[in-house]
Amino acid sequence: MEQLMADLKVQIIEALNLKHLKPEDIGDDQPLFIEGLGLDSIDALELIVLLQQKHNTKIANAQDGPKIFKSVRSIAEYVRANQAAA
Amino acid sequence: MTITSYCIIRNQQVLTPNETLSLTQPSFDDFLTALYDRLQPNYPRFYKMDNQSKLGFLAAEILLKEYSIQSYKPETVSVVLSNANASLDTDIRFEASTQTVASPSLFVYTLANIVMGEICIRHSIKGENAFFVAPEFNARLMTSYSHQVLNQNKTEVCLAGWVDVLGGQHNVFLYLVENRERGLALPHTATELEKLYRQ
Repeated sequence: MEQLMADLKVQIIEALNLKHLKPEDIGDDQPLFIEGLGLDSIDALELIVLLQQKHNTKIANAQDGPKIFKSVRSIAEYVRANQAAA
Repeated sequence: MTITSYCIIRNQQVLTPNETLSLTQPSFDDFLTALYDRLQPNYPRFYKMDNQSKLGFLAAEILLKEYSIQSYKPETVSVVLSNANASLDTDIRFEASTQTVASPSLFVYTLANIVMGEICIRHSIKGENAFFVAPEFNARLMTSYSHQVLNQNKTEVCLAGWVDVLGGQHNVFLYLVENRERGLALPHTATELEKLYRQ
């Protein structure tokens, strides 16, 4: 799980062009939207693409988005659960 | 109604009435980053922009740093821009991304006038705006439209010019036209504009 979260931080910075940040600037449980990193709706779409491309993981229900994308840890948990189920 | 100041960016060189700055870099992307680092606007949103918006943003930073428009009410500042290639530079990148998964963040920049939105967000501009796509810089069109905007009661200052990017080729000419006199105080005529643009 720790490695997955570390990978996700690098991938999020790359995919979302957060070049002013380093992976260590993103906390495992830090909120990603509004407060925290301040991501927006376009970033959410990029995160969906990232999970599809890098982790072969699809968001089955759009309504689950806010819960899944709450933090790096919640994304990692979703990826892990989804991969385990596949 | 006079031209207050201007900022030209071509061939990785920045030209203003007071300064010529060369920031030669291996690539256009590197040049944009180098110029951003030099200006230090501390605006992380910059990294998310496409190259056209980055270029317009940086030119506006340089221009408005010296000639602030903060004393104007946001509704009295207008933006009139033009270019030849619309958003083609980003359209091509977006089209390439569709070969795998279409990029949402590229898609939102596939409109020529997004650069105006980025400048307006940064500088809290809420006045009228217009974007013209033309084969080349048309001083007569720009003068005529800006004149019309400034002659309406609402607009007091107009940020106008040319912001064109395609495949690393870039050409920016941004200038300020104001009802009050300051800075260069050049007459706002097509002849003066053409002279500034062609230098």
